[in-house]
Amino acid sequence: MKFDAPATTNPIDRQRFIGQPLDRIEGQLKVTGSAPYAYERHEVVPDQAYGYIIGAGIAKGRIKAMDLDAARAAPGVLGIVTAANAGKLGKGKRNTARLLGGPEIEHYDQAIAIVVAESFEMARAAALLIRPDYEAQPGQFDLAAAQERAVKPESGDPDSGFGDFARDYAQAPVTLDETYTTPDQSHAMMEPHASIAAWKDGAVTIWTSNQMIAWGKADVAETLGLPPEKVRLDSPYVGGGFGGKLFLRADCILAALAAREVGRPVKVALTRPMIFNNTTHRPATRQRIRLGAAPDGRLLAIAHESWSGNLPGGATETAVHQTRLLYAAPGRLTRTRLARLDLPEGNAMRAPGEASGLMALEVAMDEMAERLGMDPVQFRILNDTRVDPENPGRPFSQRHLVECLKRGAQRFGWAQRQAKPGQRREGGAFIGLGVAAGIRNNLLTKSAARVRLTRDCRLIVETDMTDIGTGSYTIIAQTAAEMLGLPMAQVEVRLGDSDSPVSAGSGGQWGANNATAGVYAACVGLRQLIVARLGLNEADAVFADGRVQSGGNRTALAQAARQGELVAEDGIEYGDLAERYQQSTFAAHFAEVSVDAATAEIRVRRMLAVCDAGRILNPKSARSQVIGAMTMGVGAALMEELAVDHQRGYFANHDLAGYEVPVHADIPHQEVVFLDEPDPLSSPMKAKGVGELGLCGAAAAVANAVYNATGVRVRDYPVTLDKLLAAMPA
Amino acid sequence: MIGGDEFDISRRAVLLGGGALAGAGPVRAATRKETDMQDSPTMMEVSFSVNGEARRLRLDTRTSLLDALREHLQLTGSKKGCDHGQCGACTVLVQGRRINSCLSLAVMHEGDEITTIEGLGQPGELHPMQAAFLHHDGFQCGYCTPGQICSAVAVLAELQAGIPSHVSPSLTEAPTLSEAELRERMSGNICRCGAYSNIMEAMREIAGEPA
Ligand code: FES
Ligand code: FES
Repeated sequence: MKFDAPATTNPIDRQRFIGQPLDRIEGQLKVTGSAPYAYERHEVVPDQAYGYIIGAGIAKGRIKAMDLDAARAAPGVLGIVTAANAGKLGKGKRNTARLLGGPEIEHYDQAIAIVVAESFEMARAAALLIRPDYEAQPGQFDLAAAQERAVKPESGDPDSGFGDFARDYAQAPVTLDETYTTPDQSHAMMEPHASIAAWKDGAVTIWTSNQMIAWGKADVAETLGLPPEKVRLDSPYVGGGFGGKLFLRADCILAALAAREVGRPVKVALTRPMIFNNTTHRPATRQRIRLGAAPDGRLLAIAHESWSGNLPGGATETAVHQTRLLYAAPGRLTRTRLARLDLPEGNAMRAPGEASGLMALEVAMDEMAERLGMDPVQFRILNDTRVDPENPGRPFSQRHLVECLKRGAQRFGWAQRQAKPGQRREGGAFIGLGVAAGIRNNLLTKSAARVRLTRDCRLIVETDMTDIGTGSYTIIAQTAAEMLGLPMAQVEVRLGDSDSPVSAGSGGQWGANNATAGVYAACVGLRQLIVARLGLNEADAVFADGRVQSGGNRTALAQAARQGELVAEDGIEYGDLAERYQQSTFAAHFAEVSVDAATAEIRVRRMLAVCDAGRILNPKSARSQVIGAMTMGVGAALMEELAVDHQRGYFANHDLAGYEVPVHADIPHQEVVFLDEPDPLSSPMKAKGVGELGLCGAAAAVANAVYNATGVRVRDYPVTLDKLLAAMPA
Repeated sequence: MIGGDEFDISRRAVLLGGGALAGAGPVRAATRKETDMQDSPTMMEVSFSVNGEARRLRLDTRTSLLDALREHLQLTGSKKGCDHGQCGACTVLVQGRRINSCLSLAVMHEGDEITTIEGLGQPGELHPMQAAFLHHDGFQCGYCTPGQICSAVAVLAELQAGIPSHVSPSLTEAPTLSEAELRERMSGNICRCGAYSNIMEAMREIAGEPA
C-alpha cells in the first residue's frame, strides 16, 4: 500500500482498541519470567555448547602471537576460533570496526577469540588461559586534543546555512557564544548481547537479541560470505537495546563461527565488563552555540557547531540537526565536524543527535533568556516557527510545541519559579525549576506484515518487527483487532523472525507508526479477501464485534475462513509527504530539583513531559516509553559518563558500578501528558514516534533546574556536585 | 511468538530438563574427560528445594546459583544482567530473604529453600505483585522484571519485619512504608528501561497505599 496522500477516515479512527491503555499482551510472560530471551532458549536446539569471548587488551596495534595451547588443553574445551582460523570474513555494511579482530586491533576489547567448551565455567576458565602477545601502537583518544584536526565529513549534511548568519549575529544587540560538552555514553541495556547459533545443511540459524532483523540478517550473510537465504535470525524478546542492538555484534558472528568450528550449536553472551568497550557507544561531543537576539527576545541569528570523533569510516554524532528546525531566526548556520579517534566504535544511542544536541541548545536558550530578562517558557514561545526555517515554503505537518509549553507550565506550577537563581530554599537545600523544549523527527520507512485468519477464527500477525520494551506486540495486536473487529484475545502476534515479512524494525522511534501502518496495509488486504469470500460488498463493509456488516447483512467473521485459512501480506510504502511537510514530534520538559546547600548533592523532585506525537496508539505503553526516556535524561544530566583513559585508549568504568545509570532512589514520580492529535500526514495510523522524544530535552530541563536552584552554570556534562561545590551560594 | 504453543513447549522443556539429576551437558563432559585431564573441575552434589520442589544436582563447584537455576534446571526466569552483583536481575529468595544469585555458588545452598520468579506465580495465576507490575506497566523490555518483582516482594516483607534501611530515621523504631524507604531498598535492581515510577506505583498498591 502506497501512502502518498493525507489519510482520511479509516477503521483505526474508531479507537475501540487503538488509543486504549491496554496492558501488554506479552506482559504475563514477562512478569513470570516465561518470556524467552536469546541466551535462554534451551528448547530450540539440543546439545548447546558454551562460548566465551575474550577482547583485545590494547586499543590499537596488532597481535604478534597468541598462545592457545593451554586453553586448548583445558578441561571440556571443544574448540577455539580466532582470526587465524575463522576463514575469510567480510564486514557488515553497518559495522565500522570488524567484529573479530586480529592480527590488526582497531579498538580495546575488540573480540579476538571465542573458546567453546562443555560448560560455561569450563569455557571461561579456558579463555582466561589465552595469552596474546601485542604490539601496541599509539592512538588518538582525546576529543579535545583531536578537535582541531577534525574534518568535514563526506556524508550526513555537515554544513547548513540560511540567510546571513555572520551579519545578523554581528548586528544583534544581545548575543551568546558558549561551548558545551557531552561525554561518551553507554546504552547499558540490561540484557547482555547474546546469541545461540546452529548450522544445518550450510545454513545458519541464530537466536539472538537484535532490534533490526533485516539489517542483522544481511550483515550476517555479508560477514560470513553466505547467500542471505542461508541465514535466519530469530529475536522475539529483546532485553533492551536503545540503539546498542541495532547492528550485528560480536556475539552473533562468533557464535556462528564457533558453532561451525565445533560442529555443535553454541551459545554465547558478552560479559558485562566487555560490553562497554566491545560494542558501540554514544560519542562525546563538543558544541559551540551562538545566539543573537533583539531586545524584545526575537532570535536574529542562530549557529550550532559540533565536533565528535570516531574510528576511520565511522559517522558523526549529528548534534546540530534539531537546531535547523526548532526555532525561527533569519540568520542560520550549522556545522558538523568529525575527528579521528581510536576509541571503540561510536554509533546510534536513543535519539542520536538530538539527545546530545538539545543538552547544549536548550541550556543555551536558558542562558539567553536570562540575558534578555525573559521567562524561558515565553522566550521559546516567542521564537516558535510554523515552517522549516531553512525552507520557509515547507510547513510542519503539525507542530504544537507552544501548546506543550503552555500546558506544561500551567500544570507544573511554573509561575512559582523564581527568575533569579539561588533564591528558593527549603531547609538545607536550594530548590530550582527548569524547562527545555524537545524535538525529534518522525521518520517514515517501509514496513510489511502478513496476517492470517485461521479456520478457528484466530488472527495471526507475522512480521520481523521487534519489541524491545516499546510495546510493539500490543500495539500491533490493537491495530489488527481494530481492523478486523476481533477481540484482542483472538489476535496472536509473532515478532522478530527473519522468515517473516520485513518491517521497519525498532530504532529512531520509527517502529510504532511504521510497523502498525504495515499491519494496517496487510489487514486491508485481508478484509478484501474476507469480503470476497463472503460475497459481500467491499465498499460498505464494517468489521466489528466479530462480524462483517454489509448491505443489511451481518455475517460472523468465523464463517469466512471455515473452508480454509485466509492469508494476506502487504506493507506500507511512502510517497513524498515527508519531503513536502516536515514531520516532527515535540515536547516540553519540566523538572524540579533540590541541591543540598552544604554538599551540592542533587536530587530530582518532580518531572513532567508534555508530548505532541500524533495519535497515541496505547497511552499506557507510550507513557512508559516516555518515562523511561526521561529517566535516561536524568542519567545524562547528572551521572552518565564513560571515563576515557587517554593513555591506554579505553573506557575505564566499564561496568554498572562504574558507569552509573539512574536507580530507583534517583527517580521521582514522573508525569506525562499527551496532546494526542492524530496527524493524517504520517500514515493511516496518524501516529508518530514517541520513544525518543521523552529523552529529547529532558537532560537540559534538569540542568536548567540545577542552575535555577544554585546560580552555578555547568556546561560540561554530567552536572555533578564537584562542579557546583566551589561556587555554591551561601 | 505470543500465544499458547511456545509457552507450552518451554514449560514442557523446563519440566523435562529439571527432573533429571544434573544438567546433561557439563556432567557428561566432566566424566568423559576426567581420566585424561589433570585439573578436571571439582564436582559436588548439592540438594535444595526450588519453588517447593526437591532438587538434587551434581555441579562444578564454580557454578553460581544463578547458572544452576538457568542452565541446569532451565529455570530461566532469573536473569543474568552482569554476573557480578551490580544489577539485581538475578534476585531470588533464599530462606525467604533476597539475594543476588550470581554472587553465590550453588553448592553453598545445601538444604536451602529457594524461590524464583517461577515460584511466585505463573501466567494465568499471577502473584499479586506480578499482577500489579502488569497493570501499572512496571516494565518494558522485561529483562530486569523478575528480579524487580522478587525484590519488591522481599522489600515489603523486610519492612513488615521492621528491618531498617539507610534512609530509616531510626534503627530501633519500625520503618514506615514511605516512598523513600521503598526506593532506597529497591535501588539494587537497575531498570535501564526506566520503569521506576511505575514500579513504585505497583509496590504501593500491594503495600496497601495507592500511589
Ligand atoms: S546478574 Fe546478579 S546482580 Fe547482576
Ligand atoms: S524493563 Fe527493561 S530493564 Fe527494566
